[in-house]
Amino acid sequence: MRHVRSIQELGSERISRLLDLTDHMVEISARAVPKVTALRGKTIVSLFLEDSTRTRLSFETAAKRLSADTMTFSVSSSSVNKGESLRDTIETITDMGVDAFVVRHKSAGVPWQMTQWTDAVVINAGDGAHQHPTQALLDLYTVRQSLQGRSMEGLHVVVVGDIRHSRVARSNVEAFSMQGALVTLVAPSTLLPSSCDHWPVRVVHDLDAVIGSADVLYMLRLQTERMAQGLLPAISEYSSLFGLTSSRVDRLKSSAVVMHPGPMNRGVEMLVDPREVPGSLIHQQVTNGVSVRMAVLFDALTQGEGVEGDSAMKGAM
Amino acid sequence: MGSGAQASMSGADLTRAVGRIAHEIVERNHSAEVVCVVGMQRGGVWIAEQLAQRIVAIDPAMRVELGSLDVSMYRDDISLRPVIPGAITNISFDVTDRVVILVDDVLYTGRTVRAALEALNTFGRPRGVQLAVLVDRGHRELPIRPDFVGKNLPTHLSDEVEVTVDGVFVTKERQA
Repeated sequence: MRHVRSIQELGSERISRLLDLTDHMVEISARAVPKVTALRGKTIVSLFLEDSTRTRLSFETAAKRLSADTMTFSVSSSSVNKGESLRDTIETITDMGVDAFVVRHKSAGVPWQMTQWTDAVVINAGDGAHQHPTQALLDLYTVRQSLQGRSMEGLHVVVVGDIRHSRVARSNVEAFSMQGALVTLVAPSTLLPSSCDHWPVRVVHDLDAVIGSADVLYMLRLQTERMAQGLLPAISEYSSLFGLTSSRVDRLKSSAVVMHPGPMNRGVEMLVDPREVPGSLIHQQVTNGVSVRMAVLFDALTQGEGVEGDSAMKGAM
Repeated sequence: MGSGAQASMSGADLTRAVGRIAHEIVERNHSAEVVCVVGMQRGGVWIAEQLAQRIVAIDPAMRVELGSLDVSMYRDDISLRPVIPGAITNISFDVTDRVVILVDDVLYTGRTVRAALEALNTFGRPRGVQLAVLVDRGHRELPIRPDFVGKNLPTHLSDEVEVTVDGVFVTKERQA
């Protein structure tokens, strides 16, 4: 299976292959001309039915560095506004001859559903509150880079914020646990899923109780639209209990790193300027995002089953 | 090496060939201030290292930059078979306006060299590129020829040629 839809589906073997491949892509990205011909002749469609800045641009940059052709689909100017269904949209684009869809949708499971309508590779760029595998891969890579060869076994990863609505949290919990890290979730109970029993995690409600033992402090974006749903009494209360303040920065281990998937809510979960946080990897995450997505696209589109040509490959799927 | 492998060059032959190629490189590029010796991953890397050492020994005035190049992202058969990149490219110097010596163990179809020429361009525009190979086994599929050759070795398409520090070995499929 070449699709990239969830961390679990990828499995640890393919994940470590992707992370190794990312080392190559980082070297390519650092060249005077950061471009290779690997995906020449392949067409990749960005199908973002939900807003995105970094993921969409990151995928597009990655595709271009690999010499793939890209098509961008934006809902506001498409026939979706005339009532065309997702299935018809995907079948129409498939008919034009595409090799991969990079898809983001507000509903969980869309990347799985789509594979019934197209024989192109499907790459999940976020489905509802379910999965965001390339984010988890770039986070893994960024942490791996900061560890400089040390293992993630036993590493304490503290994820803070709106776990309930976060696909990033779901993918990252799976990804970091797979590498042997210990994950702690910190959130008010209204922002936790109804049950975390099946997750390999510890759940606490007090950030200050665990911040001193964190090796990785992962701040999630507070989706402020949740306020309207009555899940939080006040943003200021959330900020004081779960936000990263300068006094909390002081309590971090000197070796701890701080991450955020973006977009950041300054003054909500981030009460300090990330540039003033010594262990901040937030810029590194964005930079690595391009290289990780290069690895994902390259792996998904080239690890053919040893057959001649693309049409035969599709036929065999 | 399989059981049917025949040595067509010994380790000593190989050392002499590297030495001769180094002399030829110095002779041809004596006016260049710097030569960049770039080994192709993986087979060409150790040969490039030896060549660089020999060049400096022959002409201490000549500056040598040593690098390695992985061409798997530039191959023309990417969708035909799984691609397993070798070690990571390491070219930490500017190649623009310099002479680059591409080094590989075996020259065969020429497709790897074509990919290497394209890859090299992403690092700058060399003044010239020269190709050094230990073994030229023929069967070119592209208009590419080497500038420096250790040994011309006529082979059958089904033969396997392996180069190690201990020498060059050919395995004939039907003989074994």
